[in-house]
Amino acid sequence: MAALDVANDTIEVAPVRKRRGPGLLFLCASGWIVLIVLAAALADLLPMPSPTDMDMLGKRAPPSAEHLLGTDNLGRDMLSRLIHGARISLTVGLLAPVIGVVFGGALGLLAGYFRGRFEVFAVGGVDVLLAFPPLVLALAVTAYLGQSIMNLTLVIGVLGIPAFTRVARAVTLSLSEREFVVAARALGATHARILIRELLPNVALPLLAFFLLGVAVTIVVEGALSFLGLGVPPPAPSWGSMIGEGREALEIAPWLAFFPAGTMFITVLAFNVVGDTLRALTDPRPGAL
Amino acid sequence: MIAFVGKRLLYLVPVLLAVTLLTFLIASLLPGDLAYTMLGDQATPESVAALRKQMGLDLPIWERYLRWLGNVALGDFGRSFRTGETVLAAVLDRLPVSIELMILAEVFGLALGIPLAILCAVKSGSAIDRFLTGLAFGKLSLPSYMVAILLIYLFAVQLNWLPATGYVPLGEDPLGNLRSFLLPALTLAFAEWPVLMRVLRSDMIATLQEDYIAMAKAKGLRPARILLVHALKPSSLTLVTVTGINIGRLIGGALIVETIFALPGIGRLLVGAIYARDFIILQGVVLFVAAGFVIVNFVVDMLYAVLDPRIRHGRA
Repeated sequence: MAALDVANDTIEVAPVRKRRGPGLLFLCASGWIVLIVLAAALADLLPMPSPTDMDMLGKRAPPSAEHLLGTDNLGRDMLSRLIHGARISLTVGLLAPVIGVVFGGALGLLAGYFRGRFEVFAVGGVDVLLAFPPLVLALAVTAYLGQSIMNLTLVIGVLGIPAFTRVARAVTLSLSEREFVVAARALGATHARILIRELLPNVALPLLAFFLLGVAVTIVVEGALSFLGLGVPPPAPSWGSMIGEGREALEIAPWLAFFPAGTMFITVLAFNVVGDTLRALTDPRPGAL
Repeated sequence: MIAFVGKRLLYLVPVLLAVTLLTFLIASLLPGDLAYTMLGDQATPESVAALRKQMGLDLPIWERYLRWLGNVALGDFGRSFRTGETVLAAVLDRLPVSIELMILAEVFGLALGIPLAILCAVKSGSAIDRFLTGLAFGKLSLPSYMVAILLIYLFAVQLNWLPATGYVPLGEDPLGNLRSFLLPALTLAFAEWPVLMRVLRSDMIATLQEDYIAMAKAKGLRPARILLVHALKPSSLTLVTVTGINIGRLIGGALIVETIFALPGIGRLLVGAIYARDFIILQGVVLFVAAGFVIVNFVVDMLYAVLDPRIRHGRA
């Protein structure tokens, strides 16, 4: 999550944004996300060859009418594998940050509101988890637990908790001194009521923006694990493992690596664009709007 | 300054202890019996029980942790049950490769990031600034394994200038060594320059609005002198931190890049240990990588205090 932290800590002194409405880039990015989610959801209904059917006579075929994006090292249809691979990337990519948002968000909210010893332990624990390079920890734990979509999601999700804790805590810290919280407290509201009714709705939007950036990072990490052959086990297609398989044929059929790499790049970029636009809109720092 | 170092050291100890505890717990609590793995096909209930006893696996978990921690403190991280190599020897053997890769990557990254950041800061808001900032943002979505493949395709397959994989020891052939490191180091540098550029750019824009810069301009100093002498150093604090974090990360080797380019560094040792289910090497290397990261960050914190007096006097 290193890239995320840096992106979030960078204080932009850039001039105030001229455009307030969503730009063309934002619309394109949202459109791509909708398209890829639909394709992944409807993969079984689309008129495509099976992603695991091999055709040993027609391997590494260039794009044609029969196989729109050609075939891979084992003669499997590339387009079909890309779309089925989207299922894995999106499942892990969307579910893992949910773990981060729920646990990290709650931890950060409580730490930022109650302060004191709880905050010291929460921040200390987060620091310890951050000391482990995420990919190393993800690899080590999947090596012990075994490779499956659920284990991958769990591991990457837990690794995302520190980043969400930091965001939630920082936002809560700046909010809990604000008038509406002080007023609620003066009116005798309980801690639970302040946390749920006053703070949570205000913390939710920055967390949502960060969630989308988390999806982008997760897709990249899942791709890295699959690329190393330690992600979802074959023959299930995954973008990362497709890039890894394509690398072996880079000299004869470079498109085998370039198609999945391009699809993944556009998808990750789309989540980054949407997430960053939302982040800029919800950033509590002055001048961010 | 001494009080500052002491305070940071006091924080370092519990973090390092927690790191060892977490490393140990991952290796101990997760399913999979080490004795079973070691014996492989020959495992019988009796031989597994005997081996567990011999290795102390039948002791309560806290006692095993303390024993292990005691050994680690004495420099004994255990040895691979496959090759018999000690973890320490394996790490020390691979470390020079990872360090050379790290140094080259940082040099390339900074050589690309610093000039571009200065350019963007000076021309802040211009077309070139927006283009480079956009490029840096786009680059964040391009992970290293894609960059590696693009570079291999371009420089090894198409142009045939550089080897795609392979490692030549420095002692044997310095030039060949550099050639074998060029593509992997460039891959890592491509991952780093956008972050370095973004960080330095925003700090520099802030610095350029300071009064003393206006003063320097009024005195008629050459722009190059103002930028490189007066503005760069005070703007480079965050840059130092980020570079430090990167170095800390790369001490543990670059898992993916070392694997793709077949460089025998720490990252490849780790991936190899995972493929071979060599859990003792895995545990030792994870501990080494995490502890290295914590310690490098500590050193960077110190460096930060040396660079900026406000921090060691607790005013920042």
